[in-house]
Amino acid sequence: MSLKLEHVSYLYGTDTTLPVRALDDICLEIPDGQFIGLIGHTGSGKSTLVQHLNGLLEPSEGILSYNGRNIWEKDFPRKELRSKVGLVFQYPEHQLFEVDVFSDVCFGPKNLGLSKEETERRARRALELVGFPEEFYGQSPFELSGGQKRRVAIAGVLAMEPKILVLDEPTAGLDPRGRDEILGQIAHLKKETGISVVLVSHSMEDVANYVERIVVMSHGKILFDDVPRNVFGHVKELEAVGLAAPQVTYILHKLKESGFDVDTQATTIPEARDEILKAMKVEKTC
Amino acid sequence: MLRDITLGQYYQADSLLHRLDCRVKLVGTLLFIISLFVVDNFPGYALAAVFLAVCIRLSKVPFRFMVKGMKAIVFLMLFAVVFNLFLTPGTPVVEFWKLKITREGIEMAVKMAVRLTMLIIGSSLMTLTTTPNLLTDGLESLLNPLKKLKVPVHEVAMMMSIALRFIPILLEETDKIMKAQIARGADFESGSLIRRAKAMVPLLVPLFIAAFRRANDLAMAMEARCYRGGEGRTKMKPLVYGKRDFVAYGVLASYLAAAVVIGRVLPI
Repeated sequence: MSLKLEHVSYLYGTDTTLPVRALDDICLEIPDGQFIGLIGHTGSGKSTLVQHLNGLLEPSEGILSYNGRNIWEKDFPRKELRSKVGLVFQYPEHQLFEVDVFSDVCFGPKNLGLSKEETERRARRALELVGFPEEFYGQSPFELSGGQKRRVAIAGVLAMEPKILVLDEPTAGLDPRGRDEILGQIAHLKKETGISVVLVSHSMEDVANYVERIVVMSHGKILFDDVPRNVFGHVKELEAVGLAAPQVTYILHKLKESGFDVDTQATTIPEARDEILKAMKVEKTC
Repeated sequence: MLRDITLGQYYQADSLLHRLDCRVKLVGTLLFIISLFVVDNFPGYALAAVFLAVCIRLSKVPFRFMVKGMKAIVFLMLFAVVFNLFLTPGTPVVEFWKLKITREGIEMAVKMAVRLTMLIIGSSLMTLTTTPNLLTDGLESLLNPLKKLKVPVHEVAMMMSIALRFIPILLEETDKIMKAQIARGADFESGSLIRRAKAMVPLLVPLFIAAFRRANDLAMAMEARCYRGGEGRTKMKPLVYGKRDFVAYGVLASYLAAAVVIGRVLPI
């Protein structure tokens, strides 16, 4: 069970004099149960890429296959694919439309033609997974706060019980607390359900703490595809494409330059703390 | 998808038509539309078609952009044609059941189709070669005399420019919401008419909300910059007629005269 992209390219504006190559020869595989961070600067092709993953855009060149079958084959059930690969767009709260939270979350599973009981069971579970309090199920989604709206919208996609959940900048426009809450919730539901999660972001800080693999995009190409500590080793290259490593990486690099014996590969704050404490102890003993 | 509507969209190019003063283009479009309704025979339409073709040529805008705009009014056109075809009294040509098609009906229908086609292409030519900003500037300056009659010219022009400016924004928004709902399994394309109409709800509700949100933001931004209507407002780029604009007026006047003579006066 996996989603595989082979040499996928996509061109915008083929009917104009200046077509733009938004994706350029992308090869990527999304296996089951992996937490992937997709990172790139604005305009690097992240959003275009994710719209390919559930068949909203057709690649201009290359093949995209799900479980070994080309999804652009004539009789491939693309509607079914969209329930397997759940895509949460940027600012997903803008898609809410129902009179109350619960019916909005039911929209996805209802479209799959499921029974009323199954639809409601899935909606309930999805709302639980995103940590939405039950007493507000009957409330109008338009009366909620920004962070709550976003949870409902994410639940709307989760309710289809996808195998792969793709989130395009799920923290855009949220305050730091809302951001941490949403990311924490996503990490939690990843652990709970065991599905694959692709987290799209332009912030290294956001993804460094959660993902097990990072894909860096620049100008429609994949620049790096590796575990976080290896990717953050390329600080210079990341900066050249308008990205930055997490702040702890910078601190560790600075410490190393000043003569402390630290491992600069630590990517999360707890790891860095341990490194620094270790180095300090060595200092003291000498 | 929905992006194909070009009505009210600007096509960037450097051509004679692009450089022409927007007032000339507005007056020209108006005159062209008038000419279409004055003219009542096929030589007249031929003249209008030639005039339009020359203008399109001069504008350097690819023809398919104008045809794209046509898609939006296909239904209106079908209505006009069908009604004219069946409901015009005269000598019957074909008769079946209670319907009959008359010779006059066919003539009316064809004329209507030609008129509508040229009308749409003519007006999209104007919007394709004029930025929305200039368009409203031109309109405001042309309608200025109405201010004496207490018509809120500036406000109307501002409303128009905002409406035009919002077309591409809302189209983009529609595209986005549509994709988001398709990702949630929505189906906009298949099913009966009623089912498809119902399927529009998840699209229209968010779209209306988005429109209000945008309007709200815009109002706030305008207020923050102390906008208070047209009173005493000066222009950064005042409209000034050049030599080529007067020549264009001359060409327009002679075109209209020729159209009236060929289309109305000369019995062919």
